[in-house]
Amino acid sequence: MSKTITIDGKEIPYEDGQTIMDAAIAADIYIPHLCHDPDYEPHGSCKLCTVNVNGRNCSACTFPALEGQNIINQSADLEQDRKRITQMLFVEGNHFCPSCEKTGDCQLQGVAYYLDMHDNHFPHFFANREMDASHPDILIDHNRCIFCNLCVRASQEKDHKNVFAISGRGMNKHLIVNSITGKLKDSNIHINDHAAHICPTGAILIKRTGYKVPIGERTYDKQKIDAVALAKENKHHGR
Amino acid sequence: MAAKLRVATTSLAGCFGCHMSFLDIDERMIELAQHVEFDRSPITDIEHCGPCDIGLIEGGVCNSENVHTLREFRKNCKVLVAVGACAINGGLPAMRNHFKLEDCLNESYIDGMGLENAQIPSDPELPLLLDNVHPIHEIVKVDYYMPGCPPSGDVFWSFLSDIIAGREPSLPYELVHFD
Repeated sequence: MSKTITIDGKEIPYEDGQTIMDAAIAADIYIPHLCHDPDYEPHGSCKLCTVNVNGRNCSACTFPALEGQNIINQSADLEQDRKRITQMLFVEGNHFCPSCEKTGDCQLQGVAYYLDMHDNHFPHFFANREMDASHPDILIDHNRCIFCNLCVRASQEKDHKNVFAISGRGMNKHLIVNSITGKLKDSNIHINDHAAHICPTGAILIKRTGYKVPIGERTYDKQKIDAVALAKENKHHGR
Repeated sequence: MAAKLRVATTSLAGCFGCHMSFLDIDERMIELAQHVEFDRSPITDIEHCGPCDIGLIEGGVCNSENVHTLREFRKNCKVLVAVGACAINGGLPAMRNHFKLEDCLNESYIDGMGLENAQIPSDPELPLLLDNVHPIHEIVKVDYYMPGCPPSGDVFWSFLSDIIAGREPSLPYELVHFD
């Protein structure tokens, strides 16, 4: 008999070594997330996947599934916390959706839509961040980086290149490129690298592809992110 | 028949695209006119906002006149609504926040191509520019938000229909877009 945990009153199986997120995805239960991708080691940074486990809040992507856990994923309090976290991500960067090529395909936007977020609530930072358009095929707009570390993990774990890293702390935190000039053009990234395609926002973009699909016909214009994420992540689940 | 709701609209640092989108409710405007009447708005050309039920604000806050207009709306409107990306997060006008105001003015009025008698406008009747463009919730309390660049005509219709019917306004998933 398999071991089980309970999420929102529903008993679901888990295997030793699985996180709560792993078990939830396998059971077709969506827990909002941005920095998590089942193909990579969990990072636990965005905190969108915060769930309540036996009375305590924790990140579902890093917390192991254990026998007897009673997990709350959907509650008014958690939805409000997740909305505030998403709003903080929006005001901390410069996310001007109408001017972004990724609009409609952006997971940050998709989560905001899912959470019925209509405003950014907090005062905006309007931080001054640069763009690196030096590479012939790939562009970085630092205004849209949410420090999810997915490009860092993809470059290390899949591409075996170490092109990216996060440097600095707090307000000074930023994505850096491993090259002698710090520019993407002088790194060994290639257009076919996983790291070039994994960004959940419009921070890392492939040039000359932005408007192939018209605005209004893009991923989250048509489908909610829970359906999109579960269809993608359940199929490829397990490292 | 219940008294008509009084609605005021204005564009601050916006492009009037949200107002154009409002007109996209098309023939539903006739039905709307049975329930609302317009106070200050581009439709009426009234200079100041009087006591109103609903104030629809398009655009962010980029100059001193915007601040005065916004505060006047807040003072007079029972329900104040941020309409569109610029009112909600500064939108594209706020992309100038990455540059010094002086550099923006020099680029537009001094260093721009083909300028004759180049000078920065300084007429006392011109409102003073703020260093940054601000979303309106940083200046006044906002009651509701209609996201989009612009929000579609259907968003305007859905929101106003809810208010007219006395319902708490809510937008279905397919109407919520940030672009």
